Amino acid sequence: MKTIIEISQLSKVYDTGHQALKEIGLDIVQGEILALLGPNGAGKTTLISTICGLVSPSSGSVTVDGHDIISGYRETRSLIGLVPQELTLGAFDTVWNTVQFSRGLFGKKPDPAYIEQLLKDLSLFDKKDTELRALSGGMKRRVLIAKALSHEPRILFLDEPTAGVDVELRKDMWALVRELNKSGVTIILTTHYIEEAEEIADRVGIISGGELIMVEDKQTLMQKLGRKKLVLDLRQTIASVPQSLETYQLELSDDGSQLTYTYDTVSNRTGITALLKSLSDEGISMKDLKTSQSSLEDIFVSMVRKDA
Amino acid sequence: MNIQAMKVIYKAEMLRTWNTLTQSIASPVISTSLYFVVFGSAIGSRIQEIEGVPYAVFIVPGLVMLSLLTQSIANASFGIFFPKFAGTIYEVMSAPISSFEIIVGYVGAAATKSLILGIIILITANFFVDLNIAHPVWMVAFLILTCISFSLFGFIIGLWATNFEKLQLIPTLVITPLVFLGGSFYSVSMLPPAWQTITLFNPVLYLISGFRWSFFEVADVSVGISLTMVIGFLGLCLGIVWWMFKTGYRLKQ
Repeated sequence: MKTIIEISQLSKVYDTGHQALKEIGLDIVQGEILALLGPNGAGKTTLISTICGLVSPSSGSVTVDGHDIISGYRETRSLIGLVPQELTLGAFDTVWNTVQFSRGLFGKKPDPAYIEQLLKDLSLFDKKDTELRALSGGMKRRVLIAKALSHEPRILFLDEPTAGVDVELRKDMWALVRELNKSGVTIILTTHYIEEAEEIADRVGIISGGELIMVEDKQTLMQKLGRKKLVLDLRQTIASVPQSLETYQLELSDDGSQLTYTYDTVSNRTGITALLKSLSDEGISMKDLKTSQSSLEDIFVSMVRKDA
Repeated sequence: MNIQAMKVIYKAEMLRTWNTLTQSIASPVISTSLYFVVFGSAIGSRIQEIEGVPYAVFIVPGLVMLSLLTQSIANASFGIFFPKFAGTIYEVMSAPISSFEIIVGYVGAAATKSLILGIIILITANFFVDLNIAHPVWMVAFLILTCISFSLFGFIIGLWATNFEKLQLIPTLVITPLVFLGGSFYSVSMLPPAWQTITLFNPVLYLISGFRWSFFEVADVSVGISLTMVIGFLGLCLGIVWWMFKTGYRLKQ
């Protein structure tokens, strides 16, 4: 697997003295979908903006496809498309003109056929002659995506792509992201919605307070930290957990009506069968039982807390 | 060299003029005509010839410069201020484009507009007075140099300004007084000696004087000094813009 973006010891201190990034090190693999997850103000946008050339790094380096982002900015920026977080668009341009403009900025010759297809894919083609100010928020978001894709980038950055976006556009966007990814485009998106990362990403990086706390395969991350809970509602309350059940490390609720068993989802033997047998041997009967899997959200919250 | 990028910025900026044709072209034409009516016909008929040139004709180069300076600054400053204000500048900043190419696109378009405007004003003036241009090549040279220099200056103001008030500040408080006091409507020799000396510190004087010389071979200061001053101002603006981009001033954090 080829590394397409290599970030090493990247730090950014703003003029205000705020340190937005603290020695970030990260390798982004060609063709992956990487989600950068973190609360507001964690440094996600600063990280993206630095790679794209909008923010000057204070120290450290970033290379894109082997080129340094400062000395080789022409090569690196040509490869990158950026969809910003804010709906930053002019007012009087038409959709068609603004997308053409973007393509030209990135040094590509006009290609009406490509732009037409792009606008069609984004359900924008019937709005091609509409002035930008007349578009709805969702349509503006689509235009920003079209602009980012206008020069056929190999890497696409989406900064909080679903902020203020309705269900339909969200679905369309994920379909498009998957389609692009299939054609080989590396995708990096930031979000503070865990479900999004869970839904679309191959890998998840967690950023908090300007630090990259961890980067893992989504599956590994979920398995590594993902544990399941089995909650048993008892028919009769018990005062304490019987001695014979000690090995299961059960937690008894305060009112004695609920037992919680935590187990690892990865191991072959979860111990559930044995537990249920032991319980019935002890004469404990149950009203109900339920299992729940910890989501990325639980993992995330526990990580950020541990860090704090 | 990212030729495509320069092309699209230039085209987009020119398109903006086309879309706002009334403000961009019609209003300077109307204001110039008003100057001719007021200064040229009403007042000018009571003023003697200045150094052998009828007053209404004498003010033509000054009027052209007045419009050129204010419009170059207005066009170029707004051209770069608005994307900064709206946030759309992110796209230019993240594109594989050098500062030089950005300047060629934005300043080139602003200077082109001013040049077209200057020509339109000269044509308008021709309806009011008989114009004879003694040195057409020098006239065009001064015209182009002024358009580029002051578009660059406007570009600097647009980069520097953080709000609409600041955008208007320099043109209103500095440029307009300098133009009016720089001899656009009179010869400096008409001033009392003390004021003549003070006026020599006004850079716009050299511009108007040199431009007027290309029409009538009449000048307040020698044409060589005029030319040096204009080129010097151009160099100064280039230096400032270069520094702004190098440090990412008001563009990058």
